Amino acid sequence: MTEHHDAAEEHEHVHTHDDSPEAVAKEVRKYLVVFFALACLTGITVAIAYQHFEPPVAIAAALIVASIKAFLVAGYFMHLLSERKLIYAVLAITVFFFAMLIWGPWNHHYDYFGR
Amino acid sequence: MHIEIPYNVRPRPDTGLYNAKLGIWLFLASEVMLFGALFSSLILLRSGVPHWPHGRDEGLNIPLATVNTLVLIISSVTVVLAWANLRLGDLKKARLFLGATLLCALGFMVIKTIEYTDKFHHHHFPSTNNFYAIYFTLTGLHGLHVLGGMIVFAYFIGPGSKMWATEPARFTNRIEVCGLYWHFVDLVWIFLFPVLYLL
Repeated sequence: MTEHHDAAEEHEHVHTHDDSPEAVAKEVRKYLVVFFALACLTGITVAIAYQHFEPPVAIAAALIVASIKAFLVAGYFMHLLSERKLIYAVLAITVFFFAMLIWGPWNHHYDYFGR
Repeated sequence: MHIEIPYNVRPRPDTGLYNAKLGIWLFLASEVMLFGALFSSLILLRSGVPHWPHGRDEGLNIPLATVNTLVLIISSVTVVLAWANLRLGDLKKARLFLGATLLCALGFMVIKTIEYTDKFHHHHFPSTNNFYAIYFTLTGLHGLHVLGGMIVFAYFIGPGSKMWATEPARFTNRIEVCGLYWHFVDLVWIFLFPVLYLL
């Protein structure tokens, strides 16, 4: 038996993913679509930066586009759209503390203008 | 004495995950906090002054950084294609895609070196001002992560791939895990690029 067949045989027993050639081919097509979306969004990010918007508008627009890109990478490349509940729980805690890190100085921003 | 590490291939019944996968997600959670602290510092520094310099005005090279963004996106695709090919049992193609990922990472580092060299040439150092302090800290830390990924990929293309002959499913999981790490490195750059260069 070849190395190729050995691997395929073992995968049948231990993987939680559907490893059939059709399923993998479908996934690969999805990855390529996500790639083109990410490339286009990168172009949009750069285009926005050259529009000379007011800083609040420019920051909001850049962060919205970056968040969409992050969703595509995390959701499709990192498979977070179909992950186990335990990972969602770990990430929920992480997101909470990350939000606190960002919220703190952001709040300071308002203090600065309120002086 | 040979001690078998449990659940490195099959999912643990209680978590539904193989151990390395839970491990990498816990590690990535700690990484979010590490970079989060630095993003927090950036917001604090930026909001503490009436005028924060624009990356373009400070001489940051936007075209090069845009190319680097695309290079990292391509590398995210190639690493996930390497994993897909391993699931199909094709080590040869998987190694090709891992090699492409490594090349992209190398390309990213070369471009970063060009940028850093230019900054040093113009006497811009971390001590120059707060903008360059946070720029070098964030991009330097990110660069170290890219370097770490390159070492891991080189290992799996070379000596690490021997595992395929005896434990293909475990090897496939290893590539999935280092792919998750690599996507995170891409994810960090997705935010670093606009925040440092474009705003």
